[in-house]
Amino acid sequence: MAGLTRTGAPSTGMPGTPDAAASAAASAAAPTVTPAAPSPSGARAPRSGRVRATIAPRRATTWVILGVVGLVFLIPIASMVEFTLRATGGGYDLSHYTALLDPANAGKYAPIWRGLQGSFLLAITTVAIVLFLLAPTMILVTLRFPKLRRPLEFLCLLPLSIPAIVLVVGLAPIYLAIGRAVGTGVWTLAFAYGVTVLPYAYRAIQANLDAIDVRTLTEAARSLGAGWGSVLLKVLAPNLRVGLLSASLISVAVVLGEFTIASLLNRQNLQTALFVVNKQDPYVAVILALLALLFAFLLLLLIGRVGTAAALRRSTPRKDPT
Amino acid sequence: MTTEARVTHAETAPDARTTGSNPLVASGIDGASVSFRDVVKEYGGHRVLHGLDLDIAAGEFVSLLGPSGCGKTTALRVLAGLESPEGGVVRIGGTDVSHVPTNKRDLGMVFQAYSLFPHLTAVENTMFGLGMRKVKKAEARDRALAALELVGLRDFGDRYPAMLSGGQQQRVALARALVTEPRVLLLDEPLSALDAKVRVQLRDEIRRIQLRLAITTVFVTHDQEEALAVSDRIAVMNGGRIEQIGTPEELYRDPATPFVADFVGLSSVIPAEAMGGHATVFGARLPLRAERPDGPVEVLLRPENVRLAADGRGEPATVLESTFLGSLRRTRLRTESGVAIRMQHSADERLAFGDNVRIEVSADSLAVR
Repeated sequence: MAGLTRTGAPSTGMPGTPDAAASAAASAAAPTVTPAAPSPSGARAPRSGRVRATIAPRRATTWVILGVVGLVFLIPIASMVEFTLRATGGGYDLSHYTALLDPANAGKYAPIWRGLQGSFLLAITTVAIVLFLLAPTMILVTLRFPKLRRPLEFLCLLPLSIPAIVLVVGLAPIYLAIGRAVGTGVWTLAFAYGVTVLPYAYRAIQANLDAIDVRTLTEAARSLGAGWGSVLLKVLAPNLRVGLLSASLISVAVVLGEFTIASLLNRQNLQTALFVVNKQDPYVAVILALLALLFAFLLLLLIGRVGTAAALRRSTPRKDPT
Repeated sequence: MTTEARVTHAETAPDARTTGSNPLVASGIDGASVSFRDVVKEYGGHRVLHGLDLDIAAGEFVSLLGPSGCGKTTALRVLAGLESPEGGVVRIGGTDVSHVPTNKRDLGMVFQAYSLFPHLTAVENTMFGLGMRKVKKAEARDRALAALELVGLRDFGDRYPAMLSGGQQQRVALARALVTEPRVLLLDEPLSALDAKVRVQLRDEIRRIQLRLAITTVFVTHDQEEALAVSDRIAVMNGGRIEQIGTPEELYRDPATPFVADFVGLSSVIPAEAMGGHATVFGARLPLRAERPDGPVEVLLRPENVRLAADGRGEPATVLESTFLGSLRRTRLRTESGVAIRMQHSADERLAFGDNVRIEVSADSLAVR
């Protein structure tokens, strides 16, 4: 149950995020993976098929592939939905859904709400790390230390190859020190999550950095009287909007689906809470897993939207009239 | 269709739009003098500026001309504060700005690469510098529109950079650089990304606007024709040093070094004998423009100083190559004594490879190296 939301999250169709690497990471980091939600890239297949008609497979082949892939994704989800609708005395009703909101059960489900709270706090803190630490660092490297680009990339992609278990073993003594210094609040997990989201966030931001001429934009802004604050906020941030948003959303998705690190470091987040509640009431756990999946799916949709809106505004450049 | 027509109109006839009084012109810009003193710049141990000295008067248009890697762009970037020199002093308006950051130097700059902010419209781009100077929105907009009018793009204010042609983008960049009424305008090869026709139009327009505003301007280019056309003075640079600085006419007529002679205009180098301040070239005895002791010298001949000789006079030569350039023809020849010469002549005289002709010099005096 625990890794449920995990799988849908990183496989975006977003430019710059290698789907293969992302899903490889997902399976490496979350051993309890179950088949994922239909990914946006799967949904886009027919459209690209139409555009490149000459090299695309035949229509029938396309539909067969889509059908098989769709079934692989849909069967587990449909089963989950079916499971949550089963009534205690046989037949189907919404009793498990209503029970979730019943005040009488508040104590029983309390860990879930606490876990959800913790996960949201972690998501916000992790996004803050990405936006205020990673992004400025990457801009600084681009402008001042271009030679450090490769080492930075290597460093940022490294967490992909480190299983969460190994990470925890390494982090445990550090968290002892963190615990003594700033307490054992759930939010402190964000330090570890800031590391686990690095590959995804780095890719999203770097793709955007490569697409704009950071140096020239910066120098133009400086020559017009802009201080470094204005350069970052008024010139670079708006032009890195797509990359920063994608990085943030994907970080949220990863954080909401994280189980291993939280569990092994004894912190409560959404996934560990689901695991606990699952033992008493599997129905509620599955309902919440479904909701988490839906949320991740909506996030991905939003990432896609953000990219499309930006692409629309960048209309084709006009040629010099001669 | 209508949009295209308007685009063409704006590209070809900006003057029609900018006649009458423009607030930016009316308020005027107080250009500041600029001086480099012994400026040294190194990149990783490699010296790219060797003690550069250069004085630019207020309101003057000076070009830094030279091949790539000669240090011209570095000099401009040092002036802009985008590079910090290892030594020397840079002054703007008499004040040492060596330790003043770029954003406090009060400059306008147009870059070689398209540098408009992609997320802002033309008018918002133009307003950017005013916003940084805390000018009120409404006033900034009026001033930005006036600046866009100056470059003939008032009607394009609402367009995003991606919807403008390269030439239009550079015009907006020029308006953006001028709207803050900077003390110095820096142009870093702003025309090199444009196609030939637009390049000439914008070049002439930059000069026209510069004269109207009387703004001190430093123009970096590798194109000698561009530099000759627009500059008050040109500094020819080579290997991190200024080889010669002077008016376009001075550089063209009296190149101080072989490098300048070769880089500015097309020169042929002819060996000759100096005697009493004169030299004999192809049978014509002509005065030398500079004092030389008697003996062997090398004189410089422009293509237009060589012509075909009549009736068996002049020097026999063989045609190597002849290029038709529309109104004229340019021909490369080799004399019997083995000297390579370029000649410019009427397009009616059709020379071809292997033709044997006789040539003579048509100059009042000779430049020597």
